[in-house]
Amino acid sequence: MIEGIGIEHFLVVSTLMFFIGICGFIIRRNLITMLMSVELILNSVNINFLVFNRYLYPDQMQGHFFSLFIVGIAAAEASVAIALIINIYRNLNNIDVENVSEMKY
Amino acid sequence: MSGYTYTVFILIIPLVMFLITGLLGMKWKPIVSGIIGTTGMGISWILSLITAGSYFFGGSHGAEGFHAIVPFELTWLKFTDTLIIKMGILLDPISVMMLVVVTTISFMVHVYSLGYMKGESGFARFYAFLSLFTFSMLGLVIATNIFQMYIFWELVGVSSFLLIGFYYTKPSAVAASKKAFIVTRFADLGFLIGILILSFVTGTFDFAKLTEPGTAIFGSAASMSFMGISAMTWAMTLIFIGGAGKSAMFPLHIWLPDAMEGPTPVSALIHAATMVVAGVFLVARMFTVIHFQAPDAQEIIAYVGGFTSVFAAVIAITQYDIKRVLAFSTLSQLGYMMLALGVSGYGGEEGLGYMASMFHLFTHAMFKALLFLGAGSIIHAVHSNYMYDMGGLRKYMPITHITFLIACLTIAGVPPLSGFFSKDEILVAAYNHNKLLFAVEYIVAGLTAFYMFRLYFSVFWGKDRHYHHTPHESPLTMSIPLIFLAVASIFAGFLPFHHLITSDKLGFVTEMHYAIAIPSVLIGLFGIAMAWILYKKESTIPAKLALKWGVLYTATYNKFYFDEIYLFVTRKIIFNYISRPIAWFDRHIIDGFMVGIGLVTEKISYQIKGMQSGQLQHYAFMFVAGTLALTLSMLYFLM
Repeated sequence: MIEGIGIEHFLVVSTLMFFIGICGFIIRRNLITMLMSVELILNSVNINFLVFNRYLYPDQMQGHFFSLFIVGIAAAEASVAIALIINIYRNLNNIDVENVSEMKY
Repeated sequence: MSGYTYTVFILIIPLVMFLITGLLGMKWKPIVSGIIGTTGMGISWILSLITAGSYFFGGSHGAEGFHAIVPFELTWLKFTDTLIIKMGILLDPISVMMLVVVTTISFMVHVYSLGYMKGESGFARFYAFLSLFTFSMLGLVIATNIFQMYIFWELVGVSSFLLIGFYYTKPSAVAASKKAFIVTRFADLGFLIGILILSFVTGTFDFAKLTEPGTAIFGSAASMSFMGISAMTWAMTLIFIGGAGKSAMFPLHIWLPDAMEGPTPVSALIHAATMVVAGVFLVARMFTVIHFQAPDAQEIIAYVGGFTSVFAAVIAITQYDIKRVLAFSTLSQLGYMMLALGVSGYGGEEGLGYMASMFHLFTHAMFKALLFLGAGSIIHAVHSNYMYDMGGLRKYMPITHITFLIACLTIAGVPPLSGFFSKDEILVAAYNHNKLLFAVEYIVAGLTAFYMFRLYFSVFWGKDRHYHHTPHESPLTMSIPLIFLAVASIFAGFLPFHHLITSDKLGFVTEMHYAIAIPSVLIGLFGIAMAWILYKKESTIPAKLALKWGVLYTATYNKFYFDEIYLFVTRKIIFNYISRPIAWFDRHIIDGFMVGIGLVTEKISYQIKGMQSGQLQHYAFMFVAGTLALTLSMLYFLM
């Protein structure tokens, strides 16, 4: 238990991170930035897991495992996504999401 | 009971031949398919002869006559405990006789075709179809139940369609094959409904149960009726319609003359000796049922048969295409057989008509196949179907000439050839039962002799025509079947049919009825004499006579305009007033509905396809917005 800091503070931070991530994902056109936004979203979820675990069931560990799992998945996902982005860059010479329209319709 | 298990092979060999020649025939030289098919057929033929020999003369009949033997049966479809469809082999006198007829004629035709079809494109296909046909016909005759018979009945129809349309590049052959198929198929509808009624009443398909005389399964039938006519009469009449379609009885006869578009061996096999007698065979198979349960239907059969025989004989007089003359002659003879069944009683001397019909079926198969194969030999030599392109051929084709003459004498009923005996029995049966039909058949006997000898004299006598090349005798493969069938035609009359094939499976003793036989022979001789006078030497008398008869002659020459009537009814009435509105309904309402659905979908999707931008971020935005909206509304409604 961290003195003086309630569960709400953590939740506010994670909510802010989540919506910043959403906004970044929707608004930005750069694929790398979008990927970063996705990471933000994932990490906000991680915070939630940890906080709920810590504050509600301090004697259990599931939240920790879950967040570790998500970190692992996120790392894998990031590596795949970056590989894709590199390929896109090689083909199109930029990484603007609007230009990736080869397979549209 | 068994010991006849090998009969399965009679059936299976043609099927295997069909598969082999049909699938692999293109890879080989054509003649290989021919030889393989013929060999297979030969084995089938020998097996049939062995079967017949051991069945009829192997002492398999006791005091109650010939047993029906079922050497092989398997349950094919089992729907419920009572609705079971079986496939099997039933050996009884008529099916054994038909086995012999079908395989003999088929084998002869196989051999004959080696010569006749030589060099034709599609030689292997021809043999494949012949085997298929033989298989279906054999399956039909040995059927243990009426449903199996129906299945093979349809197979026979299909293979006949394939063979008539063998020259599929010729429009007339295509039209003829379609016509044959549609007309017989139309009649088969009657057959099917008849089967349904019959099995509904009796609860069985099995011939063994149906044809047992005095059986109790018809107990409930007497009370059932429809439109004032009993259910059994309906059933039997409808089944007879199916038989009439295959046997080309009036008024469903129109397909048979056109079916002569097929190769001549096919005409000999299918449209003279085997398939067209399927109808007669069906009536014979159902004979006890018809006789005891539906005497009215039997009456109809007698009159339809009698009318067809005279009607077709009259038309045959005026035709010039030799195959058509033979086709109408076939119709006429089939009429005889039907009539004999129609006037027959049951048991002993009473059942003479039944035995006579089967006897005539047998002899007719031999001499009519001979006539057709002879005609094929003539056509092969002069490359024309028409009598006015022929004449004086006896000098060039001695074997064909002699065998054809034998066949003509046989069909004209000159003793002691086989046709005389069988026809005499039919006349006696008709005399015992119905004097009117008897008188008609007397006339037909004269007409038959006349038109056959008109054909004979104008083809083999008369003066020489201008031929493209000198006609020559056919090769050995063609003349051997001719000789064999000629011998069969001569001696088939001496078979003791009244001991072997009778309505109650017991033999009976019959003697010559000279009071009936002598006049019929005289009438036949009179017909021959008339033909001699008119056609032996080229003369103008026939033309003058034709002129004198005027309208009647033209009407007869055009087959009493039955084709035109059918065409009128189908084209003008059915097409215009039934098919066209239905087609309109289909095209505009049914199709319109479907097309409408498609059009509306297309319009809407065109309108909303802009929403699918293909941009991931739009989708993500919509997704988040949707989730938010749902969440907010949930909060709003639940709190």
